Amino acid sequence: MSREWRERLQQWAPYAVTPLIVLAALPAMGVAAWVTLTVAGLTMGMMLFLVASGLTLIFGLMEVLNFAHAAFVTVGAYVTVTVLGPLVGWTTAPSLALNLLALLLALLAAAAASGALGFVFERIIIRQVYGAPLRQILITIGALTVIEQLVIVIWGPEAMALPKPTTLRGSVFLGASPIETYRLVALFVGLAVAAAMQLILTRTRIGLVVRAGVEDREMVQSLGYHIRRVFVGVFVAGTALAGMGGMMWGQYQTLVSSQIGDSMLILVFIILIIGGLGSVGGCFIGAILVGLTSNYVQFLAPTLALGSNILLMALILMWRPRGLFPIGEQ
Amino acid sequence: MAEAADVLLHLDDVHTDIGRYKILHGVSLTARRGRVTMLLGRNGAGKTTTLRTIIGLWQARSGRITFDGQSITGMDTPDIARLGIAYVPEYMGIFGKLTVRENMLLATGPRGFAKDNLERVLTWFPALKLKWDSAAGSLSGGQKQMLAIARAVVEQRRLLLVDEPTKGLSPVMVDQLVEALLGLKSEQTTTLLVEQNFHVALAVGDDVAVMDLGRTVHSGDMAALGRNEELQQQLLGLSMAVGA
Repeated sequence: MSREWRERLQQWAPYAVTPLIVLAALPAMGVAAWVTLTVAGLTMGMMLFLVASGLTLIFGLMEVLNFAHAAFVTVGAYVTVTVLGPLVGWTTAPSLALNLLALLLALLAAAAASGALGFVFERIIIRQVYGAPLRQILITIGALTVIEQLVIVIWGPEAMALPKPTTLRGSVFLGASPIETYRLVALFVGLAVAAAMQLILTRTRIGLVVRAGVEDREMVQSLGYHIRRVFVGVFVAGTALAGMGGMMWGQYQTLVSSQIGDSMLILVFIILIIGGLGSVGGCFIGAILVGLTSNYVQFLAPTLALGSNILLMALILMWRPRGLFPIGEQ
Repeated sequence: MAEAADVLLHLDDVHTDIGRYKILHGVSLTARRGRVTMLLGRNGAGKTTTLRTIIGLWQARSGRITFDGQSITGMDTPDIARLGIAYVPEYMGIFGKLTVRENMLLATGPRGFAKDNLERVLTWFPALKLKWDSAAGSLSGGQKQMLAIARAVVEQRRLLLVDEPTKGLSPVMVDQLVEALLGLKSEQTTTLLVEQNFHVALAVGDDVAVMDLGRTVHSGDMAALGRNEELQQQLLGLSMAVGA
């Protein structure tokens, strides 16, 4: 094989991982289960992507390891409970339009609340620990605990129910495969956010600066851009996305507790590592891989479900030690 | 001695530390308007540190840097760059995941490319036109260097800081680069150029500052240094008569 072909294969091989896993799962289960689990995996992947995409940009741009990211998920979920409480008339009405409108309001409120908290968090906490990874880890883990305790103070220690809106409770059938209606909504929201992010990152000047900053922030500054100001914007956007992820995840689980963010954090870090730290495209593929693997393995070998994603991460790192789409590769 | 009105950039007794290491111990030099000032010196003399201190990537511990009469000592890098100073680092600073077009676009103002400027730059570096929508990471070393210079001058700049642009390039690429640098010189672009290749220095340089052990040890006329083999030997450890 010529060198050129080898290079092309190496470049495109990461894109083949997801289709290979999807195809490999098919013979192991019936078509009906495969369709259901594939949609479920994609949905889970989209919700994880909402949370992970902000974190990967935050790390990529300023090398900030923010373990408190999980707290913004939790805040987003609880704000959803608060917003949907008074809107119970809309969520219980047998009207798809009213149900979706209620969810849209909750989504915007969750994003706004988490984003605003993210702005304050960056100014007070993160700004003090630029370039100090150990201090970042310690202070963000501490902040995670503090914010979770504040959530308990505000909303109480008991888990809170977050029932799905009436018209999104059932399933629709794709052939013989039942697909939860809410999953279709979550899938749509995730894809819409991913598409919007892609548009902003590739078609706008600020997106260009962010992508360049992830590769070489010193050079971006030499071109006249204040990378720290850009970073504040990215941090706020990242935390707002985490809030949206918390809203979607809480609604999906129909139960919100102060640990809801923590429960996603390990999977989110696995996604970041699989995709390549700082890579939004890698994060998208990584989130889908984790979502699919979780659902397939949970069906085929439930006892292995917990470790399956760690195994997936280990295998990918053995193949590509910096993840599927490392930044600064070339 | 340069007339004050001619001076665009002036460094006066600049000291820079990196961590606990003292790298610059008193650098004083001048870059005159519309001229190419060569910054020469042995490896480790502090040339790169001097450029990075000017652009603000490292802050001077003491001393004073003035640009067009205004002190830029202690200013943030983006604010210095916005005064019209472009920096091309030794490693080129190319964003490999971005296309050639995107790399260039980043260096333009909010309105994007000015057609005349872009055409002028692509005339100097026609290879970039062919790779316009390719990822910059896929370019050869020489093409990356072309891109780095092209990006620096795609907008009119008042001062160009370039660090060892010919390092590792093939002779053909070096010739192309010299042509481009001469083109910039003909447009009266003020340039402070770090260069190890003495032939290139002679070809494009008007003035010269030589550094050793973190200090400037000589300032003067580049052509005069080219004619003085004894001085070359003393300052740079080489001897090369003009035209050698």
